[in-house]
Amino acid sequence: MSPSVVRIGALLERYLLLHRRSLVRAFDIGFWPVMDLLVWGFVTRYLQAASGGGPFAQVVIFLIGALISWHIHYRGQQAVSISLMEEIWTRNITNVLIAPLRLWEWMAASFCYAALKIGIITVLLSVIARALYAFDLTRVGWAFLPLAANLLVFGWAIGLFTAGLLIRFGYAAEALIWGIPFLIQPFSCVFYPMSTLPAWAQLIARGLPSAYAFEGLRSALRGEPIAWTIWPTVVGLNVLYFVGGTICLVWMFRRARATGHLGRLGQD
Amino acid sequence: MSALPIEVQGLVHRYPREATPAVDGLDFTLESGVILGLLGPNGAGKTTTLHAILGLLEPTSGDVRVFGCSPLTQRVTVLSRVNFASVDVDLPSNLTAQECLHIFGRLYLVPDLQARIDELLERFELSRLRRHLIGTLSAGEHMRLKLCKALLNNPELLILDEPTLSLDPYMAQKVRALLKSFQHDRGLAILHTSHNMQEVESFCDRILFLHKGRKLAEGSPRDVLERFKSQSLDELFIRVATSGELFDVT
Repeated sequence: MSPSVVRIGALLERYLLLHRRSLVRAFDIGFWPVMDLLVWGFVTRYLQAASGGGPFAQVVIFLIGALISWHIHYRGQQAVSISLMEEIWTRNITNVLIAPLRLWEWMAASFCYAALKIGIITVLLSVIARALYAFDLTRVGWAFLPLAANLLVFGWAIGLFTAGLLIRFGYAAEALIWGIPFLIQPFSCVFYPMSTLPAWAQLIARGLPSAYAFEGLRSALRGEPIAWTIWPTVVGLNVLYFVGGTICLVWMFRRARATGHLGRLGQD
Repeated sequence: MSALPIEVQGLVHRYPREATPAVDGLDFTLESGVILGLLGPNGAGKTTTLHAILGLLEPTSGDVRVFGCSPLTQRVTVLSRVNFASVDVDLPSNLTAQECLHIFGRLYLVPDLQARIDELLERFELSRLRRHLIGTLSAGEHMRLKLCKALLNNPELLILDEPTLSLDPYMAQKVRALLKSFQHDRGLAILHTSHNMQEVESFCDRILFLHKGRKLAEGSPRDVLERFKSQSLDELFIRVATSGELFDVT
C-alpha cells in the first residue's frame, strides 16, 4: 500500500474514533441535522395546511429537500475545519505538524471524513423525511449526485479557507468555523429562488456555486429540467473556490511558520 | 560521510513586534550518539531553536540542516527520521493509549507496528494502561506515553522538551536510563531541554547555555563548570539568569 494511503487512513481512523467516544461528535451526525429536519418538516406541514392544498402546497415541499442539501454543504465545511480544530482543542496539533505528513494528505483525509459523514447524514435525513413528511428525495433522480457533489466541493473549499484562518490565528478564529456558512446561506438561495433577492444580492448569489445547486434542486423537485447549460460555469466557480481555499491554507501555513505562530498553536 | 543530525549556522529569529530577536546568531552542531542539553532561563531562545529544527518556524536568517536536509523544504524526509516529546504538547485525550500509538505508528509508517507498540508500552511500564483513555492518565503516565510516541519510529534524532518534569524520581531515573540505552545501542542523538540542572549534569554529554538568544557557553558539563569556576550547573544557571553573562576565567 502506498505510504500516502496509509497516512490518510491513519488520520481518517483518528477522526472516526472521535465519533465512537464523544457524544458531542455523535450529535453532529445524528442529532442536530435531525432536529433541523423536524423543525423545517413541521413548518412545511403547517404551510401546506395553511395554503389549503393549492399549488403552493406542492411547492413548499422544497424546504425539506433544501434543508437536506444545505447540510451537505454545511457539514462538509465543518468536517474539514473541525478535524483541524480537534487537534488544537486536544493540544495535539504540534504532534501532527511534526509528523511526516504532507498537506495534501491531511486534505484528502479530511475530505474523505467529510464525504463519509455527509453520506450518513443524507441517508438518515432522507429516510426520516420520507417516513414523517412523505418527502421522497429520489424524486430528484440521478441529478441529485452532481448537485450534491457541487455542494460538497464548495463545503470543502470553505473548510480549507477556515482551516487556513485557524492555522494563522488559532483559537481567535474558532468562531469563524460556525459563522462563515451562515454568511453564505442567505446568498445561496437555500429556501427561496434567486429571483427573490434584490439586484445587489443576486450579483453575490451568481458568484456562489451553492446558489445554482439549490436552483437546480428546486427545478428537479418541480419536475422541470435543470438548466445544465450554466453548469460548466458552476464547475469553474467551484474549481476557483477550491484553488482559492487551498492557496489560503498554504499561505496561512507559511505565514504562521514565518511568524513563529505555528509552533505555539493550541498553546495560547 | 553521512550528514550530522543537526547543523545550525547563524540562526536568527525575530518575532513580529518584538524589539530583540528571540535567537540571535546561534551556531551549533549535534553528532549521532550524543546528548546535547540546551539550557537557559525562560526566554533564552530554547523553544524557538527547537521549533526551527522541527520546521515549525522559518528563521529570519541563518541555516538549519537536519541530516543535511532543510526541515522547511524537505519536511517529510527530515521528519520521518526525527521525533519529539514536550511537556507542553499533549496526545489526544479522547483516544486510548493503544489507539493513539497505532495512529501515530501508521503516520510514521512503522513496520511491525503492534510489536513495536507492545515493546515500548512494556519498557515504559504502561502495558496495563493500553486500553485507558489518555485523558484519564496521570501527568507522569501521559508523559511516558508521549515518550513512547516519540520513540515509535526508531528516530535517529530525538528532541525532548522537559521530558522528566512530571515524572517521579524513580520514573525519571528509569526514563533517563532507557534513553541512554537507545543512545548507546542505536546511536540516537538527543537534543534535550531541562531546568533540572542535576539531571543535565548526569544525562548530557554536552551542554549549550543560551541567554537572550545568544550562546554563552558550550562544552561538556565538566568543561563548562571548570571554565567558569562554578561548583554546579545550578549555580552557573543562577549566574546567567541574574547577570546575563558568564565571564571566562581560564
